[in-house]
Amino acid sequence: MVNFLAASEKTEINPVLNTAVFAIFVGITLYVVYRVSSGKKSRADYYAGGSAFTGRQNGIALSGDFLSAASFLGIAGAIAINGYDGFLYSIGFLVAWLVDLLLVAELLRNTGRFTMGDVLSFRMRQRPVRAAAATSTLVISLFYMLAQMAGAGALIALLLNVHSRWGQSLVIAVVGLVMIFYVLVGGMKGTTWVQIIKAAILIGSVVLMTVFLFGKFGFSLSNLLDSAAYNSPLGDRLLEPGAQYGKSEVTKLDFISLAVALILGTAGLPHVLMRFYTVPNSQEARRSVVWATACVFVFYLCTLVIGFGATALVGPGEIKNAPGGENSAAPLLALHIGGTVLLGLIAAVAFATILAVVAGLTITASASFAHDVYANIFKKGQADPVDEVRVARRTALGIGVAAILGGILANGQNVAFLVALAFAVAASANLSTLLYSLFWKKFNTTGTLWGIYGGLGCSVLLVIFSPVVSGASNSIIKSVDFSWFPLSNPGLVSIPFSFLCGFVGTLIGKDKADPREYAEMEVRSLTGIVPGNQKA
Amino acid sequence: MQRVEQTSATRNPAEETGQMPALFSSGDDASEQPRPTGPDYLAIQRSPEFRELRGRFRRFAFPMTVLFIAWYLVYVLLAAYAPAFMSIRVIGSVNVAIIMGILQFVSTAAITIAYLRYAKRRVDPQVEQVRHQAGVQ
Repeated sequence: MVNFLAASEKTEINPVLNTAVFAIFVGITLYVVYRVSSGKKSRADYYAGGSAFTGRQNGIALSGDFLSAASFLGIAGAIAINGYDGFLYSIGFLVAWLVDLLLVAELLRNTGRFTMGDVLSFRMRQRPVRAAAATSTLVISLFYMLAQMAGAGALIALLLNVHSRWGQSLVIAVVGLVMIFYVLVGGMKGTTWVQIIKAAILIGSVVLMTVFLFGKFGFSLSNLLDSAAYNSPLGDRLLEPGAQYGKSEVTKLDFISLAVALILGTAGLPHVLMRFYTVPNSQEARRSVVWATACVFVFYLCTLVIGFGATALVGPGEIKNAPGGENSAAPLLALHIGGTVLLGLIAAVAFATILAVVAGLTITASASFAHDVYANIFKKGQADPVDEVRVARRTALGIGVAAILGGILANGQNVAFLVALAFAVAASANLSTLLYSLFWKKFNTTGTLWGIYGGLGCSVLLVIFSPVVSGASNSIIKSVDFSWFPLSNPGLVSIPFSFLCGFVGTLIGKDKADPREYAEMEVRSLTGIVPGNQKA
Repeated sequence: MQRVEQTSATRNPAEETGQMPALFSSGDDASEQPRPTGPDYLAIQRSPEFRELRGRFRRFAFPMTVLFIAWYLVYVLLAAYAPAFMSIRVIGSVNVAIIMGILQFVSTAAITIAYLRYAKRRVDPQVEQVRHQAGVQ
């Protein structure tokens, strides 16, 4: 604990205050989790919070799950340093929700029950399809989680002024343990409340900062942009696209690849999909997306102002030299405009964000393992529900420990690409097969397997052979160069490839789709009519 | 038969309907009921009411999806390949790129609101009709 309180060299950053605000957040959420959790849990409680949340609650929780530390600190920083190109990210993240709204949320709610595998395996052979769905769920959750945890180290250095590796590891472990407690004790219900509280604080504080900042510039966007451009080495180019991605033809293509993965990936993220089961019906699922979209909308408009505001008031030089680099733009801005108290709040929000997102990922991954792998593959659907929940909890514990270890190992590594990769895999492996499954009558087991494994394999392989891993100055492996794929974002190739795999697999597969089962899926997806709720 | 197992996980009615108060759901694990005889999905699927429902849903969702993806791609391609156009100033320091970006926000909000209204007016009543016809409350 000495590291926690190690005397701050910079007088501006007050680790005690930051820790205190964060401790208050943890205290409140732990209390809420404890209150809403009701001892013994059925599967419906653990996986889906009893499906008892309203659309508004779940929508806010969805935005809490979705708005990770990467999107808060990362995008504000990207805008502060690279200007307009950072803004392009946020637009992708927002527009993406339309895919959920129009094609996925309601139909998924009506067809599945606990996991993405429920929908994908609805009219397919259970075991292989569930295995594939669980594989992609686990891979995506793992990538996403590592990226979140690895970012924690820099954040700790910046906000708590803990620079020693041991100290940072200790903090990561504490954060991980709190997260495990949320998931084990609270299940989906507790985790959802953590997301709601976190989203409310996060969005509340960015709105507060934005209004304050805007006031400083006389509520004129033009004034804000002028000051930002004046303060940036990029000058007016700060306000134009291309500062980051416009360097060459390859970087332009890379940007387009990223953009495509962003809008198609959101609707395939397993932790987002699983949230739709926490509401009672498809209308509430629709409402969830609308609320989530509203939250994300407000949030990203605010990050635009915060990002440019950071350039104008803090300056790119100071941001780049701070311990967290780009990620420090928003905290430093908070310090400038609101002093240590506001910084403490933003710091706590950033930690809360990591905590909540990792908790959401953990519950998703544990549900997929227990429900898809254990109950339906190992036990062939005959598992005792009580055992299933027990397995889910043990898995959550295991994943939590893995997240802590992974976070400690990945601390300081350049793993930001993992978020983009997670989106690319989600778009390639999950979205293609979900859409085929919902809308294409002939789609069969072979097609599903080809689509999932094809998209997953293609995304991961392309990244391994891309400059991210080797051959560039900022690669993970610098000593050897085995890269041949020029783009860091595989989406542009892997997404069409997975659709193609699904299509070809369906045509080649010997198993023909059963029209009766497609009828059931189609009718259920649109109407919610399930066996057993008829009057007669 | 494609589906090997019909587990309570995929077949238990209690929670999938959304009609049951969630309080009851905690009881689901104890009751491993045999699968009740289901509705005749093929018949529902063939009914004109269901076809109308599917048509109404798809007539909105599919073209709108194509539209917003196309509009987003236009924006992204302009940002990548037409920086000169994007940097034309319109009001003060506010250039085409910023306006186009904000228009993406506006269009997303507009499509969301339009879908909400459409669903409430055209889709939900038709769902009720199909459910009624199928004997579901």
